[in-house]
Amino acid sequence: MFSLEGKVALVTGATGGIGAATARALHQAGATVAITGRRAAELEALAAELGSRVIVAPADLADPAAPAALVEKVEGEGGSLDILVNNAGFTRDMLALRMGDADWQAVLDVDLTAPFRLARSALRGMMKKRWGRIVSIASIVGVTGNAGQANYAAAKAGLIGMSKSLAQEVATRGVTVNVVAPGFVKTAMTDALNEAQRTALLSRIPAARMGTPEDIAGAVVYLASPAAAWVTGQTLHVNGGMAMI
Amino acid sequence: MERVTPMSDTAEKVKKIVVEHLGVEESKVTNEASFIDDLGADSLDTVELVMAFEEAFGVEIPDDAAEKITTVKDAIEYIEKQKAE
Ligand SMILES: NC(=O)c1ccc[n+]([C@@H]2O[C@H](COP(=O)([O-])OP(=O)(O)OC[C@H]3O[C@@H](n4cnc5c(N)ncnc54)[C@H](OP(=O)(O)O)[C@@H]3O)[C@@H](O)[C@H]2O)c1
Repeated sequence: MFSLEGKVALVTGATGGIGAATARALHQAGATVAITGRRAAELEALAAELGSRVIVAPADLADPAAPAALVEKVEGEGGSLDILVNNAGFTRDMLALRMGDADWQAVLDVDLTAPFRLARSALRGMMKKRWGRIVSIASIVGVTGNAGQANYAAAKAGLIGMSKSLAQEVATRGVTVNVVAPGFVKTAMTDALNEAQRTALLSRIPAARMGTPEDIAGAVVYLASPAAAWVTGQTLHVNGGMAMI
Repeated sequence: MERVTPMSDTAEKVKKIVVEHLGVEESKVTNEASFIDDLGADSLDTVELVMAFEEAFGVEIPDDAAEKITTVKDAIEYIEKQKAE
């Protein structure tokens, strides 16, 4: 029910905390994983750890041509692309008053536009095969908003709206499109928080701890699996109870 | 004696794609058949068909042209015109 044997998955941001954990989890479930990110050395290290069933595909998702080329490479080397995990993302936090157009656009490009381009390219093959999974990693702040993150929260909310729309377009083709919205997870992204911010955050999490990358990876594997065939257009919040929505 | 005009290569290929894609009987795929009204296609099928035509014939079918392709004949004529250009 949860086996991904014979499936090929593409995980973006696989050099990061959540992406690497997700690639490992999908691999453990039997999938061939294509891993991407800008840092080729990190990708090679992860590939060496995984051993077999792995495709290394470095790319900069700020490049408009990268998504289509990535999908083509994975379909060429892996034979198909069955599972797309849009995980790559970054923040450029500042109050809106000081946020320049470039700060806004850079985040939108990588966190929202690249996932759309990847989904558009991947859907073709998925629809033909009558099976596919697209899972995008949004964020709790895409639903709640967060001061200092107008660009990032807009991109993450955008992923949710995009996924609901795509889900409706392709539901008859056996392709599901869902979102995982993490709360605060211990990765490079949140290492930037200072002690005071961390304590304040923890006091708002009923589970009283930050999430681990594996906490998120488990949700992705579920949505990617045959078990979740009837789940589409949904946002699965994984946040230790921080927001119950 | 009346001569039967042979089906053009394009027509044959278009019909084959339609049969394969929509999973309908070959006999139903007449020139006049409408993808949606006669062959049971939904809007997504028509987009997929247009993409399949583009791939098979190496032509570009822009959205405004694609919208007007509603029957088998429309597709054949559009592709033949493109190829002639
Ligand atoms: N950590 C959290 O608390 C948290 C909470 C909610 C949502 N999220 C989301 O979870 C996802 C993963 O984040 P993380 O916490 O694992 O952060 P991370 O460790 O910083 O990883 C971010 C990943 O995104 C990739 N990336 C960034 N810009 C890229 C670009 N231009 N082209 C290609 N890849 C790019 C990075 O790869 P390279 O550096 O190799 O290019 C890296 O692998 C992100 O979408 C993030 O928004 C995280």
